[in-house]
Amino acid sequence: MKVDEIKIGGIGASRKRVEDDRFIRGKGNYTDDIVLPGMLHMEILRSPLAHARIKSIDTSKAWDIPGVHLVMTGEMMASRNLAWMPTLSYDTQAVLATDKVRFQGQEVACVIADDPYIAKDACEAIEVDYELLPVIVNPDQAVAEGAPVIRDDKENQPDNVIYNWEVGDKTGTDRAFEQADVISKLELHYPRSHPSPIECCGSVADFNRATSKLTVYMTTQAPHIIRAAVAMVAELPEHMIRIVSPDIGGGFGNKVPVYPGYVCSILASILLERPVKWIEDKSGNLISTGFARDIYLKGEMALRRDGKILAVRMHTDADHGAFFSDAQPSKFKLGLIHSAFAAYDIPVAHLTARGTYSNKAPGGVAYRCSFRVTEAMFFQERMVQAAATDLGMDQAEFRRMNFVRDDDFPHRTPFGFLTDSGQYAKCLEVGLKAINYQDFRKKQAEARERGRLLGLGISTMTEPLGAGNSREYDILGIKMFDSAELKVHMTGKAIVRTGARTQGQGHETTWAQIVAHELGIPAEDVVVEEGDTDTAPFGMGTYASRSTPVAGAAVAMVCRKIRAKARRLAAHLLEVSEEDIDWELGRFYVRSAPDRGVTIQECALAAYSNMPDGMEPGLENTAYYDPPNLTWPFAVYIVTVEVDPATGVWDVLSTVAVDDCGVRINPMIVEGQIMGGLTEAYAMASMQFITFDADGNCVGSNYMDYLLPTAWETPGYELHSEVVTPCPHHPLGAKGIGECAAVGGPAAFVNAVIDAISQTGVRNIDMPLLPDRVWEALETGRDVSGAPPVKSS
Amino acid sequence: MTMVYEDDEAASDVPVRKIRFTINGQKKIAEVEPRLLLSHLIRRGAGLTGTHMGCDTTNCGACTVLVDGAAVKSCTMLAVQADGHSIETVEGLASASELHPLQEGFKQEHGLQCGFCTPGMMMAAKALLARNPDPTEEDIRWALSGNLCRCTGYQNIVKSVLWAAAKMRGER
Amino acid sequence: MYPSRFRYEAPHSLTEAIGLLHDGGENAKVLAGGQSLVPLMKLRFASPELVVDINNVPGLAYHTVDPDGTLRIGALCRHVDLERSDVLNPTMAAAAPLIADPIVRNRGTLAGSLCHADPQGDWASVVLALGGSVVARGPNGQRTIALKDFVHGPFENALAPDEIAVEVVIPAATGTRQGGYLKLERRVGDFATVGVAVAVETANGTVTKAGIGLTGVGGSTIAATEAARALTGQPLTPDTISRAADLAAEAARPRTDHRGSADYKRHMVRVFTERILSNSNGTGHEEKAA
Repeated sequence: MKVDEIKIGGIGASRKRVEDDRFIRGKGNYTDDIVLPGMLHMEILRSPLAHARIKSIDTSKAWDIPGVHLVMTGEMMASRNLAWMPTLSYDTQAVLATDKVRFQGQEVACVIADDPYIAKDACEAIEVDYELLPVIVNPDQAVAEGAPVIRDDKENQPDNVIYNWEVGDKTGTDRAFEQADVISKLELHYPRSHPSPIECCGSVADFNRATSKLTVYMTTQAPHIIRAAVAMVAELPEHMIRIVSPDIGGGFGNKVPVYPGYVCSILASILLERPVKWIEDKSGNLISTGFARDIYLKGEMALRRDGKILAVRMHTDADHGAFFSDAQPSKFKLGLIHSAFAAYDIPVAHLTARGTYSNKAPGGVAYRCSFRVTEAMFFQERMVQAAATDLGMDQAEFRRMNFVRDDDFPHRTPFGFLTDSGQYAKCLEVGLKAINYQDFRKKQAEARERGRLLGLGISTMTEPLGAGNSREYDILGIKMFDSAELKVHMTGKAIVRTGARTQGQGHETTWAQIVAHELGIPAEDVVVEEGDTDTAPFGMGTYASRSTPVAGAAVAMVCRKIRAKARRLAAHLLEVSEEDIDWELGRFYVRSAPDRGVTIQECALAAYSNMPDGMEPGLENTAYYDPPNLTWPFAVYIVTVEVDPATGVWDVLSTVAVDDCGVRINPMIVEGQIMGGLTEAYAMASMQFITFDADGNCVGSNYMDYLLPTAWETPGYELHSEVVTPCPHHPLGAKGIGECAAVGGPAAFVNAVIDAISQTGVRNIDMPLLPDRVWEALETGRDVSGAPPVKSS
Repeated sequence: MTMVYEDDEAASDVPVRKIRFTINGQKKIAEVEPRLLLSHLIRRGAGLTGTHMGCDTTNCGACTVLVDGAAVKSCTMLAVQADGHSIETVEGLASASELHPLQEGFKQEHGLQCGFCTPGMMMAAKALLARNPDPTEEDIRWALSGNLCRCTGYQNIVKSVLWAAAKMRGER
Repeated sequence: MYPSRFRYEAPHSLTEAIGLLHDGGENAKVLAGGQSLVPLMKLRFASPELVVDINNVPGLAYHTVDPDGTLRIGALCRHVDLERSDVLNPTMAAAAPLIADPIVRNRGTLAGSLCHADPQGDWASVVLALGGSVVARGPNGQRTIALKDFVHGPFENALAPDEIAVEVVIPAATGTRQGGYLKLERRVGDFATVGVAVAVETANGTVTKAGIGLTGVGGSTIAATEAARALTGQPLTPDTISRAADLAAEAARPRTDHRGSADYKRHMVRVFTERILSNSNGTGHEEKAA
């Protein structure tokens, strides 16, 4: 009589998605779909210059345009103490520029009008007089003698350095390097990239004077963080602020920060006492919102002759743009960059990091990156490839030799992380078999004789997902737990709300599957809600692949609280004591008389109609989950390519992905996440980047120049799920997965191309590996850099 | 019904044009400024928000609708140009009682995640299937190369369209 | 994303359209496919005061081959009509599928593309290589402008403010046609980093006519006339092809920018020219950047 877990949509069921029903009908409710009575529209005027003093702003012509209700400038914001706002990294960021503009695209003024066409007309009518200042577009320029100080608005900021940070063991590392037989070096630039979900950012701010309540519908992956930020910035009481995150058309980290547009729309609504909608355009999104990467990495690996890695040294220079606004755990200046090499058994390592300002949009942490883990793992796998090459060792063999072994867990990484589970060697074997590794190497050699360039690239990594434990992790002091509230109604149907916020990951489908797994209530009987701070329990939102590890765990834990109460109700209904009762999916039964039992639904009804004496009625509860540790999925990505030596164009021949993310709640959704991540990896490796010319003009600020691959270029993927190493501390044994392929994927593509042209001796071509860069490598035999400023003639 | 407007000199100054068009089989009249984009007529004028806008350079295809049966990026057509023509949006795919096979296919094959590009994808796919009821994977990737997706990596979108094509051929 | 205000007319005849342009002054634009004009207007790089929409003018959506082989393409012939056509010469057949993306091809027109005169526009190189012309009609009648004289510079064409391009003419072949179009685009819809159009006619194994047009490697579309001249009167051999490819590369005036170095672009002109001439039917599908 036990309920079939797969049939009821429990864990392991590739349940079709609940959210699809409205999306396929075009009935999604995205921020731009929201229309409120009396709503006005806001457009932003952006700076055309990267670094310039504002001499004057004349908004008179804008005010004269019929249909314009309000024109806001930095001066006006300043009179309300709103020209600057705090960032998530304890810096400040301009809402509207006052003294000067510090990056091309920076917000200078905004207009609120009857419709966005008029608002745009009015923006065009604003006259700004600028005085050019010298421009900084990379860290070298930032620290050069005589460099202009970008943040001259800050006290105690004499230069453009934001932080210096270090982690690891310098003395031990230096000593290990002295023992090395071979030292392998690598230097590269991970270019600026942008998450660029198709839906841009936006908000509909609605201040109701009659109730003194502010409601903001907005594209946010973390509504509760926003509520706290708005309370701070707008100085409104927290209980009178409601943040609603409606359907989101993709996040990827782009929709975590607080953007000036949100703040302006909120202030405008308060001043005008009408709803104000701000929806940015794609150019505004690309040029000004949270970008990713733009980091220079230098590393050395100390190697023993037989291939054992003795130590690693890394130095990073991160270009944060004009304001330090990374959303990352406050303890770590450069996020989790020091999670690098976690999969390898390396005794000692040292990392130094420096962050600098530049005349570019602020950010750095975003884009499916797990707080800088993308940079860490990319550099790791590029260094591993270089090291194996320097040693003359096979790429797979070198990795296998240095992997943390299955029985070495728990394992302390050289930078202090604790990994707890994995079967790295097995994953690698699965991947090598799937790609026909030995066969390919043979084909590769034969092809080379005939002048054809085939290449194979491996990328293997374990990454920390699910930030994170309250001892180590917080954002602006708020700990990174998450939550779930479950209410079981009298007919046994239920509603679950969490502090996470899905942007396509399928929470409405998968959280219900957890309930089905824990309680035996069919998933279709469970509705899931997220995103409204008035009703959702407090959570830190969805990014850094933290939802399954943290919010998902909270869902499991709240189910167990419910089940514990249901057990007491069952005992009452069955007239036995609790110790005589056992549970099977969906049902409590008397151990000694298994035919006597009650379903979970019967228990639910009893919670409203037949409680034992002294029991509080109802069947509802909330759980807050403070994860004991991060989760550590492991992945192997192997890519084969062919490079056309005449043109530098390369094509992907095959891509194999082996992902061990522990228990998969919904295999179909997990695979969707992996394929999406691999595509972003491919995009970054092949065509997608933002750069700057010497004047700070942004190249890649629209879709003509910021290239996303289409269905035509994007390769197909072969996914493997045979290896499952449950997370030992997660209640369901699940690990995060959303970002793995974006983190580990790029190196596989790059390593493949570098492998294809290995006869040139070239060790590095900066991403994206555009045809002209590959050709340059082939022609010159030298490494190719892509760092800004872009070369021009 | 009476419509009440702001008494604003500007409102009477702006030249508008009366246009007649059909949208999802329904006949409509609208008064529009020439500069109004077709996508805005659809989303704000007709209140059909299933057609989305994702970029400003005619690249992403989230705004794809069918105009007289041909796929068109509605952000790159003026509303006035719809005068006398027939528009089909995602809201017109399903009949009163049934989903369109494309809608079913996208759900069956997990062809969407955030859903933002999906209406545009389905409309472009519908135009493809009207001309080519038995497309190969390559045909589908080619036909959808004007529609960008950030979430799925396209592989499941291709499977969704293949699923729909098979159903429309009576093979499901 | 929001164009400035403009007046709009949708005439039902060419005469009416020309009259409107004539009265409209310097700041009027013709709207056909709109796939170049509307994006410019949305970014406010173009703010015409009057837009004359010719989509309601009948009889312009054709492309036909005269009995003598002349190909005539009407002003409202869409890219997709050419992509699906089976009467095209190899150069045009190779280029048609590479214009923008499949949805844009449903609306955009070849004539409009030529008028737009974008140095990174594909059709101009193709029509240049084929020795084609644009037929312009104005209040004073009609004139035919060879494409080499039609494109004056980036986004500048030879039309008077009150003239409309009504037809594009590709002369009939006298020999056997060969050729193709190769385009380096990093993804579908990308502007060409480099594009090469080659149109060659042969008779008895000798080239009787040749044309090579280059996209994206200069201030406007470039005619590689030296390269074409070097081929004329010669057989197509690896040597003559290689020489022509060298000359085509020399004719390119590329700039170094985020799409690549000038050296690379010049090199690609060489590679593409050689590949098209060697294959005799250079198609575009394979020549996409990964």
